[in-house]
Amino acid sequence: MTYQTLLGYLPAIMPELVLGGGIMLVLLYGVFRGERSLISTALLTLLVLCVAAYYVVLGASDARVLAFGGSVVIDPFASFLKLLILGASAVAMIMALEFLKHEKLNRFEYPVLIGLSALGMLIMVSANDLMVLYVGLEMQSLALYVLAAFSRDNTRSTEAGLKYFVLGALSSGMLLYGISLIYGMSGTLNFDVLKGVIETQGMSIGLVIGMVFLAAGLAFKISAAPFHMWTPDVYEGAPTPVTAFFAAAPKVAAMGLFLRVLFGPFEAAVAQWQQIIIVLSVASMTLGAFAAIGQSNIKRLMAYSSIGHVGFALLGFVAGGEAGVKGVLIYLAIYVAMTLGAFICILAMRREGRQVEEIADLSGLSTTQPGLALALLVLMFSMIGIPPFAGFWAKFYVFLPVVEQGLYWLAVVGFLASVVSAVYYLKILRVIYFDDPAPRFTEPSYPGNGVLLAMSVLFITFFIFWPAPLLNAAGVAASSLVK
Amino acid sequence: MDGWPILSTLIFLPLAGAALIALLSGPHAASNARWIALWTTLVNFAISLVLWWMFDPAKAGFQFVETAPWLAETILYRVGVDGISLPFILLTTFLLPLCILASWESIEERVGEYMIAFLVLETLVIGVFAALDLVLFYLFFEGGLIPMFLIIGIWGGPRRVYAAFKFFLYTLLGSLLMLVALMAMYLQAGTTDIVALLKHDFPPEMQTWLWLAFFASFAVKLPMWPVHTWLPDAHVEAPTAGSVILAGILLKLGGYGFVRFSLPMFPDASIDFAPLMFALSVIAIVYTSLVALMQEDVKKLIAYSSVAHMGFVTLGLFSLNRQGVDGAVMQMISHGFISAALFLCVGVVYDRMHTREIKAYGGLANRMPIFAAVFMIFTMGNVGLPGTSGFVGEFLSLMGAFQASTTFAIIATLGVILSAAYALWLYARVIFGELDKPALAAIPDMNAREISILAPLILATLGFGVYPKPIFDLTTVSVEQVLADHKANIQAEHASPPTIRAGAPLTIAPASAKPQGKDGHGADDHGASDHSEPEAPATAPVPAPAPEIPPATPAPQPTP
Repeated sequence: MTYQTLLGYLPAIMPELVLGGGIMLVLLYGVFRGERSLISTALLTLLVLCVAAYYVVLGASDARVLAFGGSVVIDPFASFLKLLILGASAVAMIMALEFLKHEKLNRFEYPVLIGLSALGMLIMVSANDLMVLYVGLEMQSLALYVLAAFSRDNTRSTEAGLKYFVLGALSSGMLLYGISLIYGMSGTLNFDVLKGVIETQGMSIGLVIGMVFLAAGLAFKISAAPFHMWTPDVYEGAPTPVTAFFAAAPKVAAMGLFLRVLFGPFEAAVAQWQQIIIVLSVASMTLGAFAAIGQSNIKRLMAYSSIGHVGFALLGFVAGGEAGVKGVLIYLAIYVAMTLGAFICILAMRREGRQVEEIADLSGLSTTQPGLALALLVLMFSMIGIPPFAGFWAKFYVFLPVVEQGLYWLAVVGFLASVVSAVYYLKILRVIYFDDPAPRFTEPSYPGNGVLLAMSVLFITFFIFWPAPLLNAAGVAASSLVK
Repeated sequence: MDGWPILSTLIFLPLAGAALIALLSGPHAASNARWIALWTTLVNFAISLVLWWMFDPAKAGFQFVETAPWLAETILYRVGVDGISLPFILLTTFLLPLCILASWESIEERVGEYMIAFLVLETLVIGVFAALDLVLFYLFFEGGLIPMFLIIGIWGGPRRVYAAFKFFLYTLLGSLLMLVALMAMYLQAGTTDIVALLKHDFPPEMQTWLWLAFFASFAVKLPMWPVHTWLPDAHVEAPTAGSVILAGILLKLGGYGFVRFSLPMFPDASIDFAPLMFALSVIAIVYTSLVALMQEDVKKLIAYSSVAHMGFVTLGLFSLNRQGVDGAVMQMISHGFISAALFLCVGVVYDRMHTREIKAYGGLANRMPIFAAVFMIFTMGNVGLPGTSGFVGEFLSLMGAFQASTTFAIIATLGVILSAAYALWLYARVIFGELDKPALAAIPDMNAREISILAPLILATLGFGVYPKPIFDLTTVSVEQVLADHKANIQAEHASPPTIRAGAPLTIAPASAKPQGKDGHGADDHGASDHSEPEAPATAPVPAPAPEIPPATPAPQPTP
């Protein structure tokens, strides 16, 4: 590999280069400016993210471009996910500013860490090689561990960080073990070569075990039951904006990676992994639905809710095919919009100079702050999946291929789970709309979160009128992955 | 699509009104919200009258059809009305202004939100009746849960949270099962166009499952025994107008669903399950009537009587003949007037006394003569006295049922007697007797607003009771079309309408007619003219297809 070929590959990974280089510059800037540079570093990071997104759009084509000897792939699937990741990261960063200011956490490392973890995620979704996969995954995870413990004087936050780190390391270990088995059995790390090997030689028992370990490691990252144990504790303990970030971008990246692995090299082994995914999906949907009912802390509730949503998204894996992948992508996009919106509402729950997290604190919100209450109403009904809100279409497009495959029982189980999950979403609305009012929440000092929340709610409400852009983009992305 | 999209205007005008109310602020917001809501619903009613006037009842099939691109090439925005959906749309637009008026004084908190909820509900309900696309239908059908959940939960009585949750979860469970069926239909037929699906033949074993899934949804919505238990709770806790809209319109969504989907699209399954439906209907009629007898809460009593009356609807529908289906549609419309009026009557005394206990009343005739007279009319309508619209629907449903199964029809007729028992007893306890309760000593009679709310309903109940022709004019051709589609889609082995023999109530009529073969798909072009009863097999005991009483002009002779 000469310099020339290496240089020739660079345009393909322009978004990653911009993001990596830009974040390094922001880091330098932050170090020079010192403690009080949160706002400016955040704006700079936002700029870097936007430029990276611009290059993603610029580099997007229907073609499948390979770089670095086939270990990196750029296709519409990757571009779709990258835009989603960059968007979710940017929103999660902006919405944190208010919180960080109030909690005396205004340190410039926050935007930098978000940017670094986004870089890891971009690498993940472009990975076409088990090694690149692992590097990307670890890069985002390390940044996330630090973020979880970002409120370092708070024991719950540091506990969350430590717990996340230990369990995350365990999952990485499983992942690596799986990778080593796959390498040992097939003699390759490259997805395309691996695919050829599996198609010609079939799945040996070693490969199956390797694939199961790989799947377990990834299931851990997307917090699918039964690998979800860390989620409620980490979600509850981490600072709220960090939780919002956890619930959005890393999920998208890990789901994308999971899709790429299963529908890429292991496409021929669908019979083997389909059962695993069915178990993961049913377990996540059921656990997400039932375990959330008893929660009183809204962040914990959101943790279980996100487990449930992962279960629904996994249904699209089970169905497989272009329609299934398209369903997952639509689900992820809408899920990100809903979950970020919900966390903006949770961030608005501030009273007497501190953040409150109990569902009961929302009591009577509809009379004290009708706008916020209405936003939560839309978000919660959307999460249940009631039309006309976007959440319904998310479910519609993952259940449709499931029914198409004739897996009626799975569809019925999924819908039963969504009826059960309706109970706790309605419980939140009950507190907001039917109970007596509690004191108002403190008004935010920046308008940013209000704007972001309005965008989320408008998207969810009016998705029904202009569904075509998202549906088409997801369709193109899906067809590039599943040929 | 000629000219102005009148149907879409009808659907989305209330939404525009709701948006306008949402923008209101200031000290007069509440009163402005009331006026805007009232005018919006009145204008909508006027538009629906224009629709009625422009509608050509002689044409089968859908009119005022509008299509617009939407989700995919196959899932479009399609709306249209036929003779079955139009009466329901008229009923909706007719009742909504009354609901708004009924809430004029009794709702004092969060008036704007209340009015928005009702207007959004109107949009969704009209949308359900007008939708000609499965996905669109589902969207409107399930979307209706949101405003109703809020109406019960925010403005309801003491146990409102329980009632709202129960209502929401029951209905959601049913409709999600229907969603699976919708998807399966879409994938099987390749379209979500209801008009095309009406002509589509689903394989018989698939029909069974589809039918059951739709049944899960519509039976909960209607509601049928034994999934009716959410209804009494919802009714009791909902504010008056909420009960009115629930009983008057939302229950009809279930019946409408059976007519629109189950009968014509899954004819084999409908025939197979007709005995089940008969059994459930009869149980509902008799059992809930008995339960109604024992109620101590006025609203609960009326709620149970609603379940019993809906039993007649399913009985009529699944007799699968013209009288039965005509009767069922008529029964739904008439129940829309009568139960709405009864709940409004309860609202009148509730606003004064703030209790719904029957025991708290008695001797109201002494202080409230107008109320006594009005309540009398609707009690009689509820009983099904000839001369009220309740009679026409019940009579035709029972007549249809008699042709299908004498046994079931006879048991169902018992329900008519029971309904007289609970309704008259209620009337006697509330209105007659000594006015000895001190709280009632100064109760004022109905005021002008209340009279003006109930007067249109009296007119409708008595008017359609004596002269139901306008409704039958609308429905006849479409009902025939439904039955024609039903017959055309029947697979060979079921060439005869169901006949449930006395003595073997829960078995299906044996396919005594050996496969006729004639009636496969596409065998005959079932256009508008094709309701001429395909040659009935000589061996099968077929009820006479030519009705003794032409449904177009039944004009029952009231013999007091």
